Amino acid sequence: MSHHLVEVKDLKHTYPGGTEALRGVSFRITHGEAVGIVGANGAGKSTLLLHLNGCLAPAGGSVRIGDYPLTKETLAGVRRTVGMVFQDPDDQLFMPTVYEDVAFGPLNLGLPPGEIEARVMRALETVGAAHLRDRPPYRLSGGEKRAVAIAAVLAMLPDILVLDEPSSNLDLKSRRQLIGLLKGFKHTRIIATHDLDMILDVCERTIVLHEGRVAADGPTTEIFNDEELLRRSHLEKPLRMQACPVCGK
Amino acid sequence: MRAGGASSLESALLDLRGIETLAQQETPVHRRDPRAKVVTALAFIAVVISFGKYDVSALLPLLAYPVALIVAGNLPARFVLGKLLLALPFALVIGMFNPLLDRTALVQLGDLRVSGGWVSFASIMLRFGLTVSAAVILIATTGFGPVCLALNRLKAPRVFTTQLMLLYRYLFVLTEEAGRMMRAWSLRAVSERRISIRVFGSLAGQLLLRALDRAQRLHAAMLCRGFDGTIRPMRRLKFTAADLGFVAGWCAFFMIARIYHLPHLLGQGMMRMLP
Repeated sequence: MSHHLVEVKDLKHTYPGGTEALRGVSFRITHGEAVGIVGANGAGKSTLLLHLNGCLAPAGGSVRIGDYPLTKETLAGVRRTVGMVFQDPDDQLFMPTVYEDVAFGPLNLGLPPGEIEARVMRALETVGAAHLRDRPPYRLSGGEKRAVAIAAVLAMLPDILVLDEPSSNLDLKSRRQLIGLLKGFKHTRIIATHDLDMILDVCERTIVLHEGRVAADGPTTEIFNDEELLRRSHLEKPLRMQACPVCGK
Repeated sequence: MRAGGASSLESALLDLRGIETLAQQETPVHRRDPRAKVVTALAFIAVVISFGKYDVSALLPLLAYPVALIVAGNLPARFVLGKLLLALPFALVIGMFNPLLDRTALVQLGDLRVSGGWVSFASIMLRFGLTVSAAVILIATTGFGPVCLALNRLKAPRVFTTQLMLLYRYLFVLTEEAGRMMRAWSLRAVSERRISIRVFGSLAGQLLLRALDRAQRLHAAMLCRGFDGTIRPMRRLKFTAADLGFVAGWCAFFMIARIYHLPHLLGQGMMRMLP
């Protein structure tokens, strides 16, 4: 289906105050691809993600989601297509209970109650959080919060998932569960992170951002083997691709 | 603010969580529709504050309401009393000048003359105890979310209920953030016992900026999920005959207690029964 397509052309963004966050970013992501966005702090990752569903308006260039260019008129449709998981789950879980939070999106779509119940439970079961349904969000652990935040987005049935630092602040087991979950999705996935090992597991393609521009765009293994490129972009080889510190192999 | 600010903030937070735990019990009081409890509590408060300045004994029968709910709702009485103590200073400040200003003798008990000031002071304290405990009991038997939902259904302005709900949710996040800032301060200001005004200003300012930032991100997250200005409540409420009985029964009792001076009637009855 063509509406899983994400096309960004010469995207530019300047924050009030004059910081140029994006200086002409272009790429095209097709149906079902999992793409990692990596780069140093301040390279423009989060700014780029916020453009993908119109949380920020571009200063130049364009964003195209599926068949629609992102404009004021198509915003509602685009937001339904692109599910965004924020970096801090506390920003996303604002309703009194987990169940109500996951139901927030579907309720806004005006679905009938039976359909809402089914969608919410399906989303919670997908992330393994059905048992948390009646808990208030402030009583969840970091991993549980992240899982519920993802469920809240899944309940909107998006075609494209955009995740900002999904593995940050997670313990190792929660991180592993998250990786399994992300690998299992059939959605188009765009993941911004510093966790290159996770990218190695989940994404077949990686885009490297450096100072607001695309420094490289290609197959993940190829990019992570280019030590010169990684060094220039303030990155490091994923730990699993580095030599063993004990035996040196 | 004291240097132990971080820990006292955290204990206040634990207390709030305690009230939510109490609200999740299963008792006949908890099972009542939140609307029934909100309406009854509002009626109770209205009746209590409608009493006259010097009424003390006439208020006493109204104690039946908090006591009955504490017992039937399985609430620890100490918890409710603790909350009363927390709010006590405000009532004390309001009432403390009455005994000094109003010295006309109102009641004569043998040789002891009680001035109008003391009587009105007692009345204020009693009314304070009744109204605050009614509010605490309402939250502890209902939970904050359902109270907001009930207000919403009772046609309270939506802006108000939405604000109230988000306020409660982010109280936890904000207190944790403030607690972290206080801890960071106390670790680097080992010998100081109090925060200076200057430092306090910058801490409070930073907290405000962080809150504004978070509000912006939160709004973005809401927009991403199709928010259009109204939060659509999920839970269906069912107002049953038992709920109607709860409201009608209590309101009838409040009215009787307001119109008739029950302790007085009781006293007269007792007198008549005496030979």
